Amino acid sequence: MVAVLEIEGLRKTYRSRRHGVRQALDGFDMLVEAGQVHGFLGPNGSGKTTTLRTLLGLIRANGGRMSILGHEVPAALPAVAGQVGAIVESPQFFPFFSASDTLSLLADAGGVAQTRVAEVLELVGLRDRAGERVKTYSLGMKQRLAVASALLKNPKLLILDEPANGLDPGGIREMRSLMANLARFGMTVVLSSHILGEVQQICDSVTIISRGRRVAAGPVAEVLAQHSATEIRVRLEAVTDLPIAADLLTRAGAQVTTYRDHLMVGGIDKPARVTRVLAESDFFVSELTPLTVDLESVFLELTATAPVPGQNRQVDQSVVVGPAGAADAGAPSKGAWGV
Amino acid sequence: MSLAKAEFRRLFKRRVTRLMLVLMVLGLGAIVVSFSLASQPTGPAQRAAAEAKAQQQYEEQVRYHQESVADCEAAQARGENTDDRYPPDCGRDYAPQRDQFMAEWFLPYQFDFKAEFGIFVSVFAGIVALFGFIVGASYVGAEWNTGGMMNLLLWRPRRLPVLLTKLGVLLGSVLGISAVLGALWTVAFWLIGKFDGTVAGMTGGTWQSLAITGARGIGLVLAVTAVAFGLASLGRHTAMALGAAVGIGVVSEIGLRIALNIVGVSFPDRFVLSSYAVAWFNKSYTLFDWNSCQFTMGACEPAEWVVTWQQSAVLFGVGLVAVLGAALWTMRSRDIT
Repeated sequence: MVAVLEIEGLRKTYRSRRHGVRQALDGFDMLVEAGQVHGFLGPNGSGKTTTLRTLLGLIRANGGRMSILGHEVPAALPAVAGQVGAIVESPQFFPFFSASDTLSLLADAGGVAQTRVAEVLELVGLRDRAGERVKTYSLGMKQRLAVASALLKNPKLLILDEPANGLDPGGIREMRSLMANLARFGMTVVLSSHILGEVQQICDSVTIISRGRRVAAGPVAEVLAQHSATEIRVRLEAVTDLPIAADLLTRAGAQVTTYRDHLMVGGIDKPARVTRVLAESDFFVSELTPLTVDLESVFLELTATAPVPGQNRQVDQSVVVGPAGAADAGAPSKGAWGV
Repeated sequence: MSLAKAEFRRLFKRRVTRLMLVLMVLGLGAIVVSFSLASQPTGPAQRAAAEAKAQQQYEEQVRYHQESVADCEAAQARGENTDDRYPPDCGRDYAPQRDQFMAEWFLPYQFDFKAEFGIFVSVFAGIVALFGFIVGASYVGAEWNTGGMMNLLLWRPRRLPVLLTKLGVLLGSVLGISAVLGALWTVAFWLIGKFDGTVAGMTGGTWQSLAITGARGIGLVLAVTAVAFGLASLGRHTAMALGAAVGIGVVSEIGLRIALNIVGVSFPDRFVLSSYAVAWFNKSYTLFDWNSCQFTMGACEPAEWVVTWQQSAVLFGVGLVAVLGAALWTMRSRDIT
C-alpha cells in the first residue's frame, strides 16, 4: 500500500514565559495508507490538533519529518494543498456571509470551479439553507459547512477533526456513510474523533496518541486483538457461592477477579471449561458471558484515562509512553485516572 | 490572480465595507450640498445691495454717535461728571468713517474655488483616510478573529503572498475609490464655484498644485489604510488597530502636548503627530514659540520651528515600514492557533 501521510519523530514545544515549556508532540509517528479511513484518537490535550495543524502548515514543528502524498511538508505544502481538504477543530467561518458565499470565495481562492459549490452543498445537506448567513447556523450545520469546504477541492486526502461534533444522530450516520463512500472512491480520510463507537465502525486503521506520543497504531482489528484479554463474566444462582467458585477456578488455572455479584474469569481457553469446573462441585452458573473488547476500552486502557469514582482527572493526565517512537503503552503518569 | 479576485469579492461583500462606503459617500455628499446651498454668486445686484447695506450701517452709526455726543454735552451742561461714561471730549474725534463699513461684509458667502478648494482636499483626504482605517483594520482583523484566515491558509499555504495579496487588494480598492470620489469631489466643487461661486484665477499651475495636494492626500489615505491593516494583522484583531489609534490620539495629541507644556519644552507641537499631517498637506507647518517674546521690549518676532513635508514623509514612511514589517514578520513566523 502507498503511504498518503507519513509522520516521523514529530516534535513541537510550546514555550511561554508564564507557563514554561510544554512538550505538545514528543517524537510522534503516524502512517496512513491510501484509500483508508484512519482514526486518529487521543485524550484532550494529547496533541491531536497540534499534529494536524503542524501537518497543514499552521504550526511550525521543532523537529521530525512529515510527508503528504509523497511530498515533504511543510516545504511542499503549496504543491499538495489543492489535494488536501481539512477541517481543524471547531468550524470557523465569517458569520455574516452565507454558506454559498463562503464556499464560493474559497473556490475562487483555490481556483476551483464554482459549479463544485452547489455539488458539495448538496452532498452535506445544506442545499436549501445555503443562502442564509452562517451566524444563523447551528453547530451541526456549521460542521456540515466545514466538511463541505474540505470537500470543495475534491481532495485525495481528507482530514477531519471531530466532524461529528454537534451533528444529530441522523447527521452522524450520514457523515459515516459519506466517509465510507469517499473511501470507496479512493479518497483517504483521516478522522479525529472522540466518538469511538463511530471510529470502530468506519475506520480501517487507527493511531492513538497520548501526551504527544503514539501509544498504538495499526488496523483496528489488530489493535483490538493486541489489547484484548479474553475474559468471561460468570454469575451464580447464589451470590454467597462466589468466593468458593473463585477458589475452584483459580485452582483450575484461571485468573479470577471477584466482584459483588459476579466473577471475571481470564486465562481460560474455552468458556465450557468454566461450567465443567463449577458443575463438578455442584455450582451452577446463571450467566456465562465471554466479553469482547471494544475500541473505547482499549483507548481508555492505553491512555489510562478511564474514569475513577471520586477522582477528577485533569487534562494532560494521561499515559506517558517510553522513548520517542515506542508504540507500546508504558506506565501512566502520576495522578492519571486508573493509576 | 484567483486569490486577488476572491479577496476583491470578499472585501466588497463585507457589511463594514459597504456601510462605510455608503456613509462616506453620504457625508461627502452632505458637505457638497451644504456648500452648494450656502454659496451664492456675487453679481452687480448683490454688490449694490451690499453697498447699500454698508451705507445704511454707516449712517446708523453716525446717528448713534451724534446722539451720544449730544447726550454727553447735555450731561456736562448739567454739571455731571461724564468721565466714566463717555470718551474724552465726548468722543467727538471718534466719529465713524465711511471706509470702516466695507461692502464685502454684507455680501453673501461665495465659494472661491482657487482660494478654498485646497482645504476641501484636506477634508476629503481626512474622511477617506477614516474610511480606509476602519475598512483596512476590520478587513484583516475580522479574518483573523473569525478563523477565515486559517481557512484560507489551508487553501493557500504561502502566508506572505496571502497577506500581501490582501493588502494589495485593499490598497488598490481604496486607491480606486479615492480616485473616483476625488474626481467627483473636484468636479462638484468646481461646479459650485462655477455656478454658485467663482472659479476665477484658475491657471495650469493652480491645477497642478491642487493635483499635487490631492496626490499627497491620497498618499496619506493609503498610508493610514496600510497601517490599520498592519496593526490589525499584528494583533490578529480589529480592536488592535482601533486601540492603537485611540492610544496614539490620547498620548500624542493630548497627553504629550500637556506634559511638554508643563515641562516647558519649546515648540511642543513638533512632537505631536497632527503637526506632521498638517505639514504634509501644506508643504510646511510653522510653529511659533510665543514664550520667547519679551513684550515689554515692544513688538515681538517669536522664534519659529518649521516642520516640512519631507520630515512628515520620513516620519510616516518609517512608521509605515515598521508596522507593515512587523505584521509580515509575525505572519511568517507565528503559529496560527
